[in-house]
Amino acid sequence: MATVDRSHRLEHAGSAAADNASSGWADALHDWTTTVDHKKIGIMYVLMSLVFLVIGGVEALLMRWQLFYARNDVLGPSVFNQLFTMHGTTMVFFVGMPILIGIGNYMIPLMVGARDMAFPRLNAFGFWITLFGGLLTYLSFITGAAPEIGWFAYAPLTEHTFDRNAGTDFWALGLLISGIGTIGAAVNFIATILGMRAPGMTMRKMPFFAWTMLWTSFQMLLAIPPLTAALVMILFDRQLGAHFFDVQNGGSAYLWQHLFWFFGHPEVYILILPVFGMVSEVIPVFSRKVLFGYEFMAAATMAIAFISLGVWAHHMFCVGMSRTLDLYFAAASLIVSIPTGIKFFNWLATIYGGRISLASPMLFAFGFLSMFLIGGLTGIMLAAAPFDFQLSDSYFVVGHFHWVLIGGTLFGTFAGIYYWYPKVTGRMLSERLAVWHFWLLYIGFILTFGPMHISGILGMPRRIYTYDPSRDWEWWNQLTTIGALVQTPSYAIFVYNLVTSLWKGKPAGDDPWDAWTLEWTTSSPPPSYNFETEPVVHSRRPLWDLKHPDDPDWQYE
Amino acid sequence: MTYPAAELPIPPEIAPERTLSAAQWGMASFLVSEVAFFSTLIVAYVTFLGRDTVGPTPAQALSLKLAFGTTLCLVASSVIIHFAEAALRRGNHAAFKVLWAMTIALGAAFLLGTAFEWHDLITRQELTISRNLFGTTFYTLVGFHGLHVTAGVIAMSIVLLLAARGAVAKEHDTAVQLVSWYWHFVDVVWIVVFLVVYVGAKGGTA
Repeated sequence: MATVDRSHRLEHAGSAAADNASSGWADALHDWTTTVDHKKIGIMYVLMSLVFLVIGGVEALLMRWQLFYARNDVLGPSVFNQLFTMHGTTMVFFVGMPILIGIGNYMIPLMVGARDMAFPRLNAFGFWITLFGGLLTYLSFITGAAPEIGWFAYAPLTEHTFDRNAGTDFWALGLLISGIGTIGAAVNFIATILGMRAPGMTMRKMPFFAWTMLWTSFQMLLAIPPLTAALVMILFDRQLGAHFFDVQNGGSAYLWQHLFWFFGHPEVYILILPVFGMVSEVIPVFSRKVLFGYEFMAAATMAIAFISLGVWAHHMFCVGMSRTLDLYFAAASLIVSIPTGIKFFNWLATIYGGRISLASPMLFAFGFLSMFLIGGLTGIMLAAAPFDFQLSDSYFVVGHFHWVLIGGTLFGTFAGIYYWYPKVTGRMLSERLAVWHFWLLYIGFILTFGPMHISGILGMPRRIYTYDPSRDWEWWNQLTTIGALVQTPSYAIFVYNLVTSLWKGKPAGDDPWDAWTLEWTTSSPPPSYNFETEPVVHSRRPLWDLKHPDDPDWQYE
Repeated sequence: MTYPAAELPIPPEIAPERTLSAAQWGMASFLVSEVAFFSTLIVAYVTFLGRDTVGPTPAQALSLKLAFGTTLCLVASSVIIHFAEAALRRGNHAAFKVLWAMTIALGAAFLLGTAFEWHDLITRQELTISRNLFGTTFYTLVGFHGLHVTAGVIAMSIVLLLAARGAVAKEHDTAVQLVSWYWHFVDVVWIVVFLVVYVGAKGGTA
């Protein structure tokens, strides 16, 4: 079956190349909308995420404008509610996941020596349904108002009684169908990584990014369907008069919290594990050393994937579960820090004694290491139930998870994009602009989210649209808003760099970073069929073996 | 520094890996996600069990006899599809087609049984999805299972149609195998539903 598919794909790839040659906007559009090439689908995923990143960013700026002064009323409570709902939803479902799935889509087949993903048509389906899910969610604005439920949509706010617009229905449907796309992507990654690796690439010889995508996909398989089921329940409640979360008729708001967080907590690991993988590709190359403790890193990834499925209710300490449950979930959450710590020390050990180059990917990897560490530490604080009783639903929590998602996910993703952009386009990004991008983002980021911890400790609850001047929160909010304004140009610089480097960038050649994994053996950009002949692999660094036939890695592994 | 070619180390032979094919991994992981989906629906069903203040209750509404019959259909179909697969692997196309058609018929019989049950529940017991928590969770769980049975019947019918045109040969056994994996999965889910919903309902009173 696999061979049949492959020959079909080669034919298609050939015709796609012919389309490109004849050029013209209509042909290009036809080519991109009908493509099943994992590289084009990957690029579309990333572009979609960047567009939604800008939209979500604008929503954040509007909220920061509203919070700049005490008793400010430029937006008002209803619009503010809609903005934080859509900001959270957008960033998690239509920026975070698709950008990671997109990069994985582009890189995984190249890294494991395959000609495409296992199911190319499923792959295209997954992208389009994710995109349409995003559009559907945003269509809620034209129904009168976007939902005012927050990204975790606590019941009974989602019930018909409390939201008589169709906004919540659009929101639920949008997440539901994009979730189906995510499941498709997860199935595809697992099938590709487990079933289509190049000859000789045993599990112990896979590039590390493949390990993290494998476990991310595993988490998606177990975490997304419960959300899908819960969204179906919302829709049944709203459309058919069912009573799942309808508390007046015996339904349970508590059930929703369990179902949502059973998805929601693995979700944050879905957003960070692929980034661990990207950073684990970047750090060795720019330290000129092999990844330290590869097996332990792989085992730690697996441990995180499993443990994170059993920690969800640490989001619910304040619900009043029971002391036993509080203790269990606090302890389980603290345990996650062990495999994460293993990873951290292995990255440091990889860097230690290396010949470090501070090129843009490594710069962002350092940004990731420093910031993710701090976000991890505030995470440990919040995992302790008594501490969480004090600060749950405060700006401390907002500061914490933005620290992890931007300091961790976003910095790591930028490391990956700076690392692989030359492979994808054949051009180098401007290093000068990259340095500007990095420092503006780094400083702006600390300035935005650092003060949130303080305003949280001072008692400021999340999601309030304004506050009283007597609470002394104004100064910290103003710092936060200024930080957001410092960050903003960094994204503009990044996008400018991405676009202008397409034709102004220095030609990259096949292997600009002197790297070691299979994707760098192809031309930049790679041909649609990826590899002319199936590569054969003997070690974790097949390209090192090619470059150093006198001293290949497989002698030592 | 250059070495003569003869002195370069020679890599060890590469042993072929014996594991599932990409297509099999794909179906297996899809089924894992389905397990997570149905587990959620079952958790919701169990959460609300016995919390209703208005009837009908499961013990009043459900017919264990009918459910036992439909369960037998599905279990039998799982056995038969196994033999259908084996027949195809042996190259016995006639037997494959007969056994495969029997599997479809049993799946359709299950759906008919469900249709009959729902008709009775709605018209005689006045149990709808909005009636009470039992109705809400029961119809969602059993409905999604029925939807999966329907999808399986359609997938198997497509295979049968292709087989009738002589397009299903021995080398397609992976495709046939994957459909049968899906079918086994749907049956296993039903056995759990049968135990939790039907046997659970009558357990105390039967």
